[in-house]
Amino acid sequence: MTKAIPIPTRRAALGTLGAAATLPLWARYAGAQTSEPIRLGFQKHATGVGAAYGRWYGRTSEAALAKINADGGIMGREVRMITEDDGTDPNRGAEAVEKFANQHGCDAAFGTLYSHVVIGSAPRAGELKLPYYVVSEGHHVAGGILNRYTLQPGITDVKSQIRAMAPFVSDTLGRKVTMIYPDFVFGYDHRDFFAEAIAERGGEVIANIPIPPTETSFTRYFPRIPRDTEVVYHVMVGPSVLTFVKELGEFFGGRGPALFGFIDSLESVDMTAPGLEFLDGSHFWEGMPRYVQPDQTEYETAYRTAVGVDDTGAALDDPADVSAYAHMFGCWETLHVMKAAMQDCGYRGPQDRQAMIEATEAMTDIPEGFDHPQGPKLFNGRTHQVFARQHVSRVEDGRLTRVHTAPIEATLYPDEVDYTTQPF
Amino acid sequence: MEFGPHLMLALIEGAVMSAVLALMASGLALVFGVMRVVNVAHGEFYMLGAVVAWFVATQVGGGPAVAFVAALVIAPLAVGGFAALIDMTILSRIGYDPERTIVATIGLLYILQQGTLMAFGPDARPVQAPFDARIDLPWVERVDGAWALYWPWGLHVTAYKLFVIAAAVAILTALWLAMRRSRAGLMMRATQWDAETAQAFGVNTGRVQAGVFGLGCGLAALAGVLIVPIQQAHYLMGGEALLSSFIVVIIGGLGSLGGTLVAAIVIGMADGILSVFFSPIVARIVATLAVAMVLVFRPAGLFGTRRA
Repeated sequence: MTKAIPIPTRRAALGTLGAAATLPLWARYAGAQTSEPIRLGFQKHATGVGAAYGRWYGRTSEAALAKINADGGIMGREVRMITEDDGTDPNRGAEAVEKFANQHGCDAAFGTLYSHVVIGSAPRAGELKLPYYVVSEGHHVAGGILNRYTLQPGITDVKSQIRAMAPFVSDTLGRKVTMIYPDFVFGYDHRDFFAEAIAERGGEVIANIPIPPTETSFTRYFPRIPRDTEVVYHVMVGPSVLTFVKELGEFFGGRGPALFGFIDSLESVDMTAPGLEFLDGSHFWEGMPRYVQPDQTEYETAYRTAVGVDDTGAALDDPADVSAYAHMFGCWETLHVMKAAMQDCGYRGPQDRQAMIEATEAMTDIPEGFDHPQGPKLFNGRTHQVFARQHVSRVEDGRLTRVHTAPIEATLYPDEVDYTTQPF
Repeated sequence: MEFGPHLMLALIEGAVMSAVLALMASGLALVFGVMRVVNVAHGEFYMLGAVVAWFVATQVGGGPAVAFVAALVIAPLAVGGFAALIDMTILSRIGYDPERTIVATIGLLYILQQGTLMAFGPDARPVQAPFDARIDLPWVERVDGAWALYWPWGLHVTAYKLFVIAAAVAILTALWLAMRRSRAGLMMRATQWDAETAQAFGVNTGRVQAGVFGLGCGLAALAGVLIVPIQQAHYLMGGEALLSSFIVVIIGGLGSLGGTLVAAIVIGMADGILSVFFSPIVARIVATLAVAMVLVFRPAGLFGTRRA
C-alpha cells in the first residue's frame, strides 16, 4: 500500500520559505532593546605558534559561556562569543580588536595570551574604548605600560608567579641557578623578576640563556650552562616545546642539575611522550594542577566535566589531545568576572563600557566557587591585576603531583601603576 | 663546558644540520640545474614530507621502527609523485618561463602551507624515532702526566642523529651514482645540457622534467622525514628550511650538485660551531653575509660556472 505525499508547488514552497526568512527580523525586535544578546569578542590564537593554547582557550570559553547562558545569561540576556583568529601575531591582533569594535559591534573583548599580541592589541582597544580582558599572565598589565581599558582579572602575572616560586627553588632545589627562557618580553619578565626574587633569598642567577621562540633545535644552547649550576630554571613556549625538553634531557642524560620548569615548557604536551622519562623527579610550576589531586574541590570537578577534560588533563575523547590546563581556567574565570562586572553596573550597551571597567576595578576579594574553580582571588583595581594561589608539582611516574602551594600573600608586590587615575 | 668537548658537540650538531641541509639543497639544485626552475615552494615539500611521515606513522601499527620505515618509504614517494603532478599540471603549462615559475611556486608555497594548516592543524606533532639511545662520548684529559679518558657532562650524541648522518651520506651517494651511471641520469644530464638536442635524440624531455621535479621535491620530503623524530612536524617549518637551502645553493653555485654538497657541509658546520660558541643569531648573520659576499664577488657561486 502506498500513501500519497502531497507535493507543494514551487510557488507555495517559496512563499513559505520567504515567510520563514522574515521571522527573525521581527522576532528580534519583539522584546525591549535589552533582549539583544551581549556580544563578546574572543581573540583566539587559532593559528601560529600559540595554536595549542588557542584551541583550549576556545573550548574553555565555550564551556564557560554555555554555563553562563544556562544560568540565565547576563541579566537575562544571552551571551554570544564572536571569534577572530589573530594568528598569534600583534598586527593581526590589533586588527581583530578593530573588527570586534567596528564590525561585530562587540560589547567587550577577551582571551589573548601571548604578550606580544597583548602589547600590540591593547593600545587599539584603548583607542576604540573597548574593554579588553586579557588572559596572558604577562606582567605588562600590572607593569603599567597598557591602559585603562585593559584588565587581567582571571590569571596571575609572571611576576607574582615567580615571587611565589623563588622561595621553593632556593630552599628545596639549590641557590645557583641558570635560566633558559624565550627571547622576548615574556622571557625577560622571567629573567628580571626571578633574578630579583632569588637574590632576596640569598641565591643567584649565574647564567642567562635566551632562546628565540621560533627555534627548532636546542642542544647547541645547552653547553652554555655552567658546570656549577645547581638548578636549571626553564621556561619555553611555541610549537617546539617538546623538542626543547627532550633535548634538555638528552643533554644531561640524568646526571645534571635539578630542573625547575614553568609548565609552559610542557603545556599541551603529553607527559608520557617518548623522551620525557628523564623528567621524573623534576619540578614544575602549575597555575592549576593538570592531574586530578586527591583533594580536588567539587568546583574543579564540575569545571573539568564542563570543559571536557579527563583526570589526566587530556580531552575526554582523545587522550593525546592534552589541554593547556595550567592556564585555560583564566578564560573561564575572566568570563565570570566580566559577567559580574556587567551585572554590578547594570550594563545596557556600549554606552556603559566605562561603567563596566569601573565595576571591575571595584572588585577585591573573589571567592572560590563554581565561577572560580582555580581558587580564591584578590583583585587589585589600581593595577588591573588579579592574584591567586600558585602550585609546584613534581613529576612522579609520568604524572604531575602537587607538592607545594604558595598562598596569595606570597604573590603580592608593591603597585607599579594606578590605572584608575587615567581618564577614560 | 671545556673547549674540547664543547667543540666536539658543536661538530656533531653541525654534522646533523649539514646532512639534512645537503639533502634539501641538492633537491633544489637538481631542479634548478636541469629545469632552470627556482622552486620557491621547496621548503613546503620538506614540510609535507614531515607531515606525511607523521600521518603514515600514526596509521601504521607495529611499533615505532616499523612505522618509521613505512614513513621513510611512503612519504618521499607520495610527495615526489605529487610534485611530478604539479609539474605536469602547472609548471609545464607555463613553459618553465623563469619569471612565471617563480610567481607560480610562490603561489604554491601559500597553497601548500595553508592547505596543510586546514587539513593537519596548527599543532606541532611528534614522530617517535625508531631508536633513540643516548650515547655518552668520552674525552681525553691529562691526569698525573698520562692521558686518560673521561666522560664530560653533556657530551653526547643520540643513535638516531648518527643514523641521520649515515642516511644522508648513503642517499646522496646513490643520487650521485644515479646521475653519473644510470640511463635516467644520462637523460637528465642531456636535458640539462641542451633540452632541444636531447629531444632530437629521442629523450622525452617533458617526462624527464616531471621526473626531476618529483625527485627534487622527494629529496626535500626525505629530509623532512629524517628530521621529524628530532624536531616535529609543523605547518610553518618550511620557511626556515627554504632560506637555509637557498643560502647553500647560492654559495655552492646554482645547479651544481657537487658545489651544493660542499656548501651544505660548510654552512652546516659553521652554523653548528658558531651557534654553540656564539649564538644561532650570529650564525645566521654570518651565513647571510656570506651569501651577499658570494653574490657580489662570485655571482655564479663558489663552484658554479657561468654559462653563455
